[in-house]
Amino acid sequence: MGRTLYEKLWDAHVVAEDGDNTLIYIDRHLLHEVSTPQSFEILRQGGHGVRRPERQLAVADHSVPTQDRAQGIADPQARDQIALLERNCAEFGIEYLALDSADQGIVHVVGPEQGFTLPGLTIVCGDSHTSTHGAFGALAFGIGASECGTVMATQCLSQSKAKTMRVTFEGRLAAGVSAKDMALAFINAVGAAGAVGHAVEFAGEAVSALSMEGRMTLCNMVIEAGSRTGLIAPDATTFAYVEGRERAPQGADFGKACAYWRTLASDADAVFDREIVIDASAIAPFITYGTRPDQSVPVDGRIPASGEADDKALRYMGVSAEQPMDALAIDHVFIGSCTNGRIEDLRAAASIAHGRKVAEGVRALVVPGSGRVKQQAEAEGLDRIFVDAGFEWREPGCSLCVAMNNDRLPAGARCASTSNRNFEGRQGAGARTHLMSPAMAAAAAITGRITDIRSMAR
Amino acid sequence: MSTPFPLTGPVGVLLEQDVDTDIIYPARFLLLTDKHGLGQYAFSDRRNDGDFPLPLDASRPILVAGANFGCGSSREHAVWALHDFGIRAIIAPSFGEIFYTNCTRNGIVPICLPQDVVAALAARDGETLTVDLEACRVTGEGLDPIEFDISAGHREALLNGWDETDRIVALYGEQIDAYERRQQAGGLWL
Repeated sequence: MGRTLYEKLWDAHVVAEDGDNTLIYIDRHLLHEVSTPQSFEILRQGGHGVRRPERQLAVADHSVPTQDRAQGIADPQARDQIALLERNCAEFGIEYLALDSADQGIVHVVGPEQGFTLPGLTIVCGDSHTSTHGAFGALAFGIGASECGTVMATQCLSQSKAKTMRVTFEGRLAAGVSAKDMALAFINAVGAAGAVGHAVEFAGEAVSALSMEGRMTLCNMVIEAGSRTGLIAPDATTFAYVEGRERAPQGADFGKACAYWRTLASDADAVFDREIVIDASAIAPFITYGTRPDQSVPVDGRIPASGEADDKALRYMGVSAEQPMDALAIDHVFIGSCTNGRIEDLRAAASIAHGRKVAEGVRALVVPGSGRVKQQAEAEGLDRIFVDAGFEWREPGCSLCVAMNNDRLPAGARCASTSNRNFEGRQGAGARTHLMSPAMAAAAAITGRITDIRSMAR
Repeated sequence: MSTPFPLTGPVGVLLEQDVDTDIIYPARFLLLTDKHGLGQYAFSDRRNDGDFPLPLDASRPILVAGANFGCGSSREHAVWALHDFGIRAIIAPSFGEIFYTNCTRNGIVPICLPQDVVAALAARDGETLTVDLEACRVTGEGLDPIEFDISAGHREALLNGWDETDRIVALYGEQIDAYERRQQAGGLWL
């Protein structure tokens, strides 16, 4: 019987059977400031060094300010946390991308754009959105801080093998519909815990047609369906993205690598534990109405009826059962995050913002995913489009996706957001989050209301 | 972190589904770089709600929780905070996967039981239960013993208070060396 992509990646990284678990080799570890202070303590307390420092790459993203960086970091806790990461990396010989470097950005944007993320690798990070890197056909998953310490000391983790789920998107997306809508439609279809225990492989015509940016958006959000691992088989799109990036194999090595990467796709006779088929051509722009990422409807739909909807979530969100989503007034917009902070996302938002103005009473932030994304956007003039329209153009970081820095929303604020979680308090205590695509968020900024992007397309 | 088992104590109940780690430990407290003393921040945006059902006073070492407990963010702070106010076992129909592993790394036993069994245990709010990890059994007065599954690796680690990093170094050093040699021979781009 053939093997799935997940099984091939797993088999290639088995170090030893470990009782009823398996010891898996970890090729790459990304570090950020929030989940690693305690990991380095594990190393110190256990007298461990970092086994393979060159397999680690660190960058601050969660708590970094996204404006006025030249003046330093105002919040003393954030300043100390970022300084601690830098000191820890220096002490243990780990490369750290400094805050004032153009390479700084969100770990899940930086890893791929540097070629640190490659097909066929195992990649971990103390962050649940590490599934993003699975877009390259890498086995990538989020871990806790203690596990980060174990990885640095041993380059291994003891894991139990996941079940496999294939999600096939048949047909092509309609105009105005993006990878974010595919992700929200998938989560809606299986539920917030629907993929627990499964490695999810995305396949089908609409997935093959996605750029690497879109594939990363799709894999990024599998954790919102309970899965730690999203996967897409590497193909010509993947190789074209990876080629020439500075940490990727070069020259003849690149050719050899591609030959190996081509073998990773799931075999035709591979059997998945679960198969789901979604008609991509029927997906409309999706938007969340509640406090879980599976509480979503097409933008032209209505919130479910009382009894079907989660009343506690509706109360928190200040919405009612059977209310239409279209035309719901918002006062904040956030465009960015490891889900939608890449160049293609900013282009999509800018195409809507171009020549228009942010509605009165709306505060709209655009936060590029990395310094390189920011530079590229500025080279294309996207920053001017946003600023002229009344958006704030910020420095790279997680910002309002996690609200750990000084970008926080007040209680009762209602935000059209391109991030990944609409949890209670995620963008600030008492703040309300509606997840959607970058074009949809830009449209909401312009009209001040949830707006069907298909009515604004030019 | 070692916890004495069997563990006997009163039950606390938080039966809401999909309690994510943002609810357990709001992000603004992630700026703290220590893992001790975090219990005071647990459920910060919920604990003052009139209907918040869980006493946060170290009096309830066994928590009975709703499905998909600890979903979302990988923040281990959520587990450190629960541990800090005395929780040593959590019984739920299902868990967020990263949260589950984080529990096993920090002396909290995650116990998966069917929804109806969890619901029956939730009716015992404040009553005393015993989690016998040796026998993989939950017992209590007037309760037929309830068997649960946990991987042998997690069970051993929790029972013995083993440090996972030390364990891997001690048991698998040679195999890791051998794996790295094989990998070096095979893949130049690594």
